[in-house]
Amino acid sequence: MFAGFSDPFETLLTLQRALDARIASDWIGRGTAAIGSFPPMNIFQKDDDFVAVVELPGVDKNDLEIEAKENTIRIRGKRTISYGEQASVHRRERISGVFDRTLSVPIRIEPDRIKAEYRDGILALFIPRAEADKPRSIKVS
Amino acid sequence: MSDSQELQVQQKREVEKKTEGTTPGRIFVPVTDIFETPEALTVVLEMPGVDRNSIEASVQNDVVTIEGRIDFSKYEGMQPVYTEYNVGHYARSFEISNKVDQSKISAQMKDGVVTIVLPKAEQAKSRKIEIS
Repeated sequence: MFAGFSDPFETLLTLQRALDARIASDWIGRGTAAIGSFPPMNIFQKDDDFVAVVELPGVDKNDLEIEAKENTIRIRGKRTISYGEQASVHRRERISGVFDRTLSVPIRIEPDRIKAEYRDGILALFIPRAEADKPRSIKVS
Repeated sequence: MSDSQELQVQQKREVEKKTEGTTPGRIFVPVTDIFETPEALTVVLEMPGVDRNSIEASVQNDVVTIEGRIDFSKYEGMQPVYTEYNVGHYARSFEISNKVDQSKISAQMKDGVVTIVLPKAEQAKSRKIEIS
């Protein structure tokens, strides 16, 4: 069966391998201070456009601010954690605090048409590629 | 902890299993807080990408196990160009010392964070001891 080829994400393992293969690729350019800072993000290409998937569990939607200008997107906000009174903490692994991350993409995008969606602790940014940046076929006369 | 602290990336830890699963793929350990109040033990786990219907919590032999499954079909047709983290299902178990009233366990999900409240059984609540 070659079904795996028609659907590359048929198994989770295939997806995990694909993600591993692009870990810290130089797609967004080397030497940017933004690499590796919070929050962690994955960037995908979907058809002509791009999708940034950011892991931000436990952040209130209202505490999230996103700005876009030219090819730069800035994500900032804060995560607060409260245990309530009377609680004795057995284990504390989650961290609260502020974050501010700027991402510069190496393509021309349409900042006015970026859409953001926050669900189940995942922020997805749908980044449309600028028309001028899209490849087009050239007719031979 | 003050709000002004800058957040750092926490690297995902993989589950070390004694037995192998039947489906290929890695499973991650969710970042967890556990705290206790006089009435209950509360376990808070970060499971980004898991929706409320994909969580299972169970207690067996004083071990509470929480599993969350992500829907990776959302990644169909997406070609990764730059990645910083991997995705996978989540699983974690804890041994609990207090007797828990299993029938009253409740779970709540918000923004990718699961809160499991394990109410203490009546006999496990601390009581005063009379000195005769």
